[in-house]
Amino acid sequence: MPAPKEARDGSDFGKIKGVHLVPEEELYTSGHRTCEGCESALTMRQFIKVAGPRTIVTGSTGCMYVANTSYMTTPWEVPWMHTQLGAAGASAIGTAAALRALQRKGKDAREKVNVIAFCGDLGGGDMGLSGISRALQTDYDLLVILYDNESAANTDIQATGLTTWGAQTTFTPTGSADRVNRASMRWKKNVAAMLAVGHPNARYVATACATFPPLDYMNKVKKALALGGPTLIHSLDPCPKGWDYHPRYSHEVGELAVRCGIFPLWELTDGVLKYNYDARKNRKPVKEYLECQGRFSHFEQSDVDFVQSKVDEMWDSWEVPGVLPVKTGAVRRPAT
Amino acid sequence: MTQKALGAAYEAEELLTGCQAVSHAVRLADVDVIAAYPIRPYTEVMDTISKLIADGKFDAEYIIADSEHSQFEIAKHASAVGARSFAGSSGTGWMYAMEALAVTATDRLPVVALVGNRALDDPGAFGVEHNDALSVRDLGWLLVWAATAQEALDTTLIAYRVAEDPKVMMPCAVAMDGAFLTHSQHMVRLPSKSSVKKFLPPYSMGNRRLHPDNPISIAPQVNEDWVMEIRRQQFEAMSASEKVIKEAYQEYNGIFGTEYDNPFLECYKTEDAATVLVGMGTVVQPAKMAVDQLRAEGKKVGFARVVWFRPFPAEDLRRELASASSVGVVDRDVSFGSPDLGGVLFNDVRAALYPAKRRPTISGFIAGLGGREISIDDCVKMFAETSEYAKRGVGSVSWIGVRE
Repeated sequence: MPAPKEARDGSDFGKIKGVHLVPEEELYTSGHRTCEGCESALTMRQFIKVAGPRTIVTGSTGCMYVANTSYMTTPWEVPWMHTQLGAAGASAIGTAAALRALQRKGKDAREKVNVIAFCGDLGGGDMGLSGISRALQTDYDLLVILYDNESAANTDIQATGLTTWGAQTTFTPTGSADRVNRASMRWKKNVAAMLAVGHPNARYVATACATFPPLDYMNKVKKALALGGPTLIHSLDPCPKGWDYHPRYSHEVGELAVRCGIFPLWELTDGVLKYNYDARKNRKPVKEYLECQGRFSHFEQSDVDFVQSKVDEMWDSWEVPGVLPVKTGAVRRPAT
Repeated sequence: MTQKALGAAYEAEELLTGCQAVSHAVRLADVDVIAAYPIRPYTEVMDTISKLIADGKFDAEYIIADSEHSQFEIAKHASAVGARSFAGSSGTGWMYAMEALAVTATDRLPVVALVGNRALDDPGAFGVEHNDALSVRDLGWLLVWAATAQEALDTTLIAYRVAEDPKVMMPCAVAMDGAFLTHSQHMVRLPSKSSVKKFLPPYSMGNRRLHPDNPISIAPQVNEDWVMEIRRQQFEAMSASEKVIKEAYQEYNGIFGTEYDNPFLECYKTEDAATVLVGMGTVVQPAKMAVDQLRAEGKKVGFARVVWFRPFPAEDLRRELASASSVGVVDRDVSFGSPDLGGVLFNDVRAALYPAKRRPTISGFIAGLGGREISIDDCVKMFAETSEYAKRGVGSVSWIGVRE
């Protein structure tokens, strides 16, 4: 069923205007066994608060499955189903298609039921890209939430295509021959922008951080569901275990990632871009973000300088800063 | 044929390929969600379904997936939400879906799939080989082979009935030989929608349905605490399926006037046969011709076609092959390094006949791989070899029609 008419342009989607107006009902409750300071658990808790009980959730294999949803202690008060590591997109399609078919054919009463599929950076950003791409080409109402803790966090912290350049993981240890592991030398995959650019029919694609700016993530979920059609939110979830910092600082680490510009915060609504934190100006030095995490403890000044130069390039040279790595001003003539 | 001659349970008779016949079964079963992805030779079923929908003859959500893996994940999740679902594949496409196939079975979701049997790459070949479908034999999929287009249609309707039975709740793969059945035309009687409704009740997931009205968690992490019990439930469902299959065929015969006497095993002149060939799929046709030819020469031969491979008809084989002193098994598959280097069917038949009171000698034949034809002469040769081995008191495995 289409969303109320006034919400179709995304201007009035029932925005939550203060923390005291956040829904009190918890639909992601006790029972999960996530680590202390787990920001992904917060990502889960907040999206379902906003989506409400008339929602079906599918969850890809990952830490938010294995640690989060154990038999007889499931935290989910909404219908929840496991899906395979690379199947978030397909699970959303199958769920939404079933609801549409059953309602159209009169086998179910007509009703708007939210469909939300979540996946980690390994499942969604690497393995499941094709399926998510397919989901974003449909006309079903579905939301894919890619919770990104920059590692395969369930299997002991292995590097993924979304891990920050140079980070130590169990697949990319520092060593006597290679201080910065060669396998870790890849720039974080620009997943949300890639999917936004490739799927212009998707009305809403956004990046987010569950805690900064306050309410921003919950309002993005609300907006995505109100706009309808296939939508995607990519959230950066600091992970104390994988990133090696004290669990009490998860919110601060997330905020730093946004403030230093290494994780651009934006939303694209019907093709219109809005920065939710404008890192084109007043960026904090990336050093502050890197040095508070043990996974970068092997960095020397040259590594920090390199990451800083790449972040500066994102904001100062890209045609659409922080989003689109096209540099029209820098096009060179081919050598003759 | 006139309506009267067709019978009240039918609405028409048409010339259809095996794939097209299954498409009509999908329409008649009022399937809700279909996930398509192209690969020869199964793919014509999806071509036909999309045309039925485009012509307004069938209402379903039809999704062109991005891969076979997604195809079967879509069908799986739709099934969990309470939609009757259909997918299918062939050869390496079926292998690409393997992870999704495994969880569809462990999640106990009654998806029905068509497998148009095809040789596995490399090198590329479109022709039939049974190794693709057989790869799910240990996963908790019901697995059945059709041999005619009519049987393909009937079997697909029966597959939904059996798979969705509350005592079973398992996915079912309807397999058919690539080209020999997927693309060969037969006259097919099309049941009427109203008669199918009598046979096939609406799909219901009951209290396992994933819906806000029934907010359950499906497939949470269990580890060693519960996996063994869950496997045991699958095991019991597969065991229970045998009776459900029998009842379904009986009822089908009653409504549609079909004559599926033994749903598991099609026996041709086996009652008094000393030598019996066993096979699956369309090999039944040359095999029957060979039986007739040899019977005319006074030789006591017969053919038994294994229709349901999972559950496997072990008791039926023991009963029907009781008079045989020698049995030959035709495998359109290979199982490299298997016991005595026989095919998959060969070793299952041998295992089934081991407890028989009078154990026949059992020979195996690897034949018709990659779509190579199995001729009447090949069948005559296999009968001769089978009885020849019996004289020596031991079985053997040989390859038929291979250039060496």
